[in-house]
Amino acid sequence: MGTELTMETASDEQDGTVRLLALGDTAWTVEFGDRIDQALHARVLGLTGALEHARNSETAGEGCIDNSGLAGIVDVVPTFRSLTVHYNPLISDAGRLGEALLRLAESAGTASKQGRHWRIPVCFDDEFAPDLNDLAAAKGLSRDAVISIMSKATFQVYMIGFMPGFPYMGGLPAVLEMPRLTSPRKAVPARSLAIAGAMCAVYPWESPGGWRLLGRTPVPMFSATNAEAPSLLASGDRVVWQAIDRATYLELEAAGQAGSLDRNSLLLPEGAC
Amino acid sequence: MPGLIEVIDGRFGNSIQDLGRFGLRHMGVAVSGCLDTTLARCANALVGNDADCACIEIRALGPKLKVKSGRVRVALAGEVSATLMRVDGRTQTFPAWTSVTLDAQDRLSIGSLKGGCAYLAVSGGIESPVQLGSRSTYQRAKIGGIDGQPLVTGNLLPCKALAHRDDHQNKAQPWVHGETPIRVMLGPQEGHFKLGSVADLLNSDYAVTAQMDRMGMRLEGVPLAHLTPESADIVSDGVTPGAIQVPGNGQPIILLADCQTVGGYPKIATVISADMPRLGQLKPGQILHFVAVSAEQAKQALLEKEARITAWVAAIAPYRPDAVTACDDDAIIWTCNW
Repeated sequence: MGTELTMETASDEQDGTVRLLALGDTAWTVEFGDRIDQALHARVLGLTGALEHARNSETAGEGCIDNSGLAGIVDVVPTFRSLTVHYNPLISDAGRLGEALLRLAESAGTASKQGRHWRIPVCFDDEFAPDLNDLAAAKGLSRDAVISIMSKATFQVYMIGFMPGFPYMGGLPAVLEMPRLTSPRKAVPARSLAIAGAMCAVYPWESPGGWRLLGRTPVPMFSATNAEAPSLLASGDRVVWQAIDRATYLELEAAGQAGSLDRNSLLLPEGAC
Repeated sequence: MPGLIEVIDGRFGNSIQDLGRFGLRHMGVAVSGCLDTTLARCANALVGNDADCACIEIRALGPKLKVKSGRVRVALAGEVSATLMRVDGRTQTFPAWTSVTLDAQDRLSIGSLKGGCAYLAVSGGIESPVQLGSRSTYQRAKIGGIDGQPLVTGNLLPCKALAHRDDHQNKAQPWVHGETPIRVMLGPQEGHFKLGSVADLLNSDYAVTAQMDRMGMRLEGVPLAHLTPESADIVSDGVTPGAIQVPGNGQPIILLADCQTVGGYPKIATVISADMPRLGQLKPGQILHFVAVSAEQAKQALLEKEARITAWVAAIAPYRPDAVTACDDDAIIWTCNW
């Protein structure tokens, strides 16, 4: 097709083909593959970082950064396997922007810096976890064993989407994988911790949904009043769940709703993992 | 005194919108903004505003408004008109494509639409709080507008008041979108479909169904066949307003301003930006045709559309409502010609 260019990257540790796909006349999608795969996602994050670096560079520096052609970018959206770069078609030269993105994709490699590392409290009490007993029974595990497995795993945030602040997370231990409910709920309570297939997520808002609900966090996933970073999590972040009792949940929930819950208190120091 | 407009009756689905909220799609925040940005720009131009001022998007039956304080100039763009009730009891028809000045206590009752949406612009723009970089209402996440919701009865809309009375109004010809086929660029996942299906999309009739909102519109027509049942699903990737998603049933869905930021259905084609405003005017039952264009043609179409808007704005003509000019009574000057 006339709007699609493909090229081989210099990297030979992957299958390596990067595809540049036109999403109409206002966005390019740089696609690294068609699967959910940590190695592909590392390349997405690598390009995200390289693009941010190139856009922040005022000049071409020592000739290693060429930020020409990057004008007019309005949104940069990492997903499982691709990076979509939205642009203003009245400002950008779409062809030059596409070429610049391919060049960056070729040279960026995988992510050079890790995302943030969070420890987020979750209450697994029955009232918050309507599918926990069914999941445990289906897997031949005790309830406590499921909670223990969930609390020990580290989850990686692949992307934010579906609704504001909704994190699609990988890292669910295979023993807990289960397809989504055959009949979705009309209203999943806000801040429910949920799994579907090999994915884990938290619903930031009350919404219809078919994922299985295993607990609830008192921490708001999205705060429109936080202009810098309304979404708590970002693509590339890592998360561990910390089991808390109901009293602690209620205390933190009240703090979250009052806006007095300090996000930084949920961050783990680098290398704690 | 600052301007303040009270919503006497919010009706349904009317919301504050501007040209959108950019820079947060990686956090899952939709762009939102006016469905028909061209008509919104027309309405703003008629009251002397910049194109990005917030205005009221009307989706079915317009709201009833009352000026609580100040003096404001307003204009409507779209297939709609309003009834203006002056504070002294006189009633006039207020048509689209012309401006009028409202004084405190004047009321405006906006009628029902012929098209898909219309816009009411207010001089200086509606100054509701900017949230995450925009005033656009994004109801799903309760962001923007007033409390993140469409207009509801009792809302108070702040705006700038005119500093002094100005004895002219503006008028212009109605904007005409045209009825040529909607232009698309194929892809990004046209390869997930049987070859004949791309031809079906471009050669068949697609009807707009009643399943439409600010997030998207479902079409009905010749089913578009995926290459295999598996190719009806993709691992989610980025989407944008205008993307034509095709789920397993083969019936296309065109995404609109409030669409989510990523999606798991293959996108057979994407409506070009020059034609996006036209989608805002569609109503259930209307028949759509699509034509494929290249990136170069899309750019050309956009430049032509921008040139047309610039020319339209330049042709806005100030005029003096034919009033009893000797009369010093503001209200009479502005109403006796209606």
